[in-house]
Amino acid sequence: MNVIEASGLGKRYGSTWALRECTLAVPPGHVAALVGPNGAGKSTLLNLAVGLAAPTTGAVTVLGGLPPGSPAALDGVAFVAQDTPLYKNLSAADLLHLTRNLNRRFDQRYAQSRLGELGIPEKRKAGQLSGGQQAQLALTLALARRPQLLVLDEPMAMLDPLARHDFMATVMTAMADDGVSVVLSSHVLTELERVADYLVLLSQGRVQVAGQVDDLLASHRMLTGPAAGADTYADRPVVHVRRGEAQAHLLVRATADDPVPPGWEAHPVSLEELTLAYLREPGASALPGPVRGRPAPRESGQPSEVTR
Amino acid sequence: MTALTTPARPKHDAGLQPVPWRRMAWVTWRQHRATLAGVAALLGVLAVYLWLTGLQIHHAYATSCHPASSLACNINFTGRYAVSVNVARVLLQAVPALIGAFAGAPLLAREMETGTFRFAWTQGFGRWRWTLAKLVLLAVVVAAAAGAFSVLFSWYLSPFSAAGYSIPFATDVFDLREVAFTGWTLAAFAIGALAGMLIRRVVPAIAATLAVYAGLALATALWLRQHYMTPLLTTKLSLPASAWIVNQWYTKGGKFAFGARGSQIINAIQHYSCNSSNLSPAQCLTQHGYTWWASYQPGSRFWPFQWIEGGWLLALSVLLIAATVWLVRHRAA
Repeated sequence: MNVIEASGLGKRYGSTWALRECTLAVPPGHVAALVGPNGAGKSTLLNLAVGLAAPTTGAVTVLGGLPPGSPAALDGVAFVAQDTPLYKNLSAADLLHLTRNLNRRFDQRYAQSRLGELGIPEKRKAGQLSGGQQAQLALTLALARRPQLLVLDEPMAMLDPLARHDFMATVMTAMADDGVSVVLSSHVLTELERVADYLVLLSQGRVQVAGQVDDLLASHRMLTGPAAGADTYADRPVVHVRRGEAQAHLLVRATADDPVPPGWEAHPVSLEELTLAYLREPGASALPGPVRGRPAPRESGQPSEVTR
Repeated sequence: MTALTTPARPKHDAGLQPVPWRRMAWVTWRQHRATLAGVAALLGVLAVYLWLTGLQIHHAYATSCHPASSLACNINFTGRYAVSVNVARVLLQAVPALIGAFAGAPLLAREMETGTFRFAWTQGFGRWRWTLAKLVLLAVVVAAAAGAFSVLFSWYLSPFSAAGYSIPFATDVFDLREVAFTGWTLAAFAIGALAGMLIRRVVPAIAATLAVYAGLALATALWLRQHYMTPLLTTKLSLPASAWIVNQWYTKGGKFAFGARGSQIINAIQHYSCNSSNLSPAQCLTQHGYTWWASYQPGSRFWPFQWIEGGWLLALSVLLIAATVWLVRHRAA
């Protein structure tokens, strides 16, 4: 059962494709980070997954084959939209009551104790709470629904570092206590390193990288060696080449066991380095399934494929 | 695949029980009680005014207007209250439009404008059910309030109708009476809701609602209402005062001579031929061999007309609400 599964998914607004040829399968039990530059189609993909938008082409399902927006999907998926829109004129207690009325399940005790821990007065109107408190309130409302899948669209964009930390702590606690799967989009790479264990990199409306963070990190190395030798290196697929005066840095698809050519040094990569390297090479891709040959950086435009 | 290390969780099967409709009652009340209070305040203030002046009007009519042609009636009743009744007739025309603009239009436009639809439409209740429940609940409440208000207005106006100062078909009175007023308020609300969903921004949606409502009300009064039933034809000069003359024209020797638009001709003929006498144009022309024809709606058709107008407005409102719900369901954000 994949929490989100898309095949050939595309969405066009007017004459602009916000998302195209998106084929993707996010397995359950992860905090999956959907990463990409602004305009890469992150929000579009999430809106399609929660049923707020309908696909132009292809199809998407959630929780093992449920059509988004169907009663069962609405029941199992909780969504916190970008900028956490809440009814500003309603008090926190009213929002709890409202959400309880609109759902089959609502854990009132959990919600109230969360508000207590967060120091959010129940009588205070949502519009009078700080940005961090509003985000926490929206997250509390979503988690109290006891969803199987929690979808968060840019949850940390408006938050200061402390509020970000607290917000993600709530998500991680729910993940650990309750086994809820999480899919969140973000363009703040440093934040994700700590929390995400599954990465989906979206670029120009296409899926470029998808996989477990551990697997991705284990299968990539940063090689540092003489600049002159950068073009002759051909042992393993090269994702990205960064040249300095004397030295070149190559992000290659290689494991720690792969031999390092003489004159070169190999380092493990961080999630941020890996993500940036792929973002700079829109033609390269790392997708689950049979390992492809050398992902020639200039060979762009091919639909990403997932074989499971 | 990876097994979920999840505590006991309800099974999701196809036969999922939907969230009960009744839950929307509290939701609608809590979210729109300010709007409802606004509608109640608007109608309440006007109702108190109509009640207080209505009592005076009824008193003046009862004490001075037997018969209605008496001088006392003219001074104490007509002279005193005609202006305030006319002002009320004009002002109340705006009430359905205001309800449509300020209760109907923001209903969905505000959700779209502030992004809260992303919250509301991803809850377990389901977005089209959420929309339908809200629209129907609010429409029923608003229409019921308008219906009660129009009963009061009819009572307020009744002495003037009895004294013959206001025919029931008068353009600025007919749509304020019971069935039609309820229908117009309902239609205005539905127009507002659809405009809000189409335009997705509050202020433009309010403007569009006012424009569409005014256009529809005007078109109905000017062109549509007179065709609800086939008008009767007569050549008798003595039509009851309650009749609504839709059209009139003259014939001579069985041929069409001129219509009501030929008022200059009528005036000219009267001036040269019947100047000395005290006759009306129609009487004068009849003396000169013309036949006066009128197509008219008799006063007895008032209630059928009310129900026809209320009926098509109700049908229109149902259509508009259905269209709004369809848009919410099928036109994605």
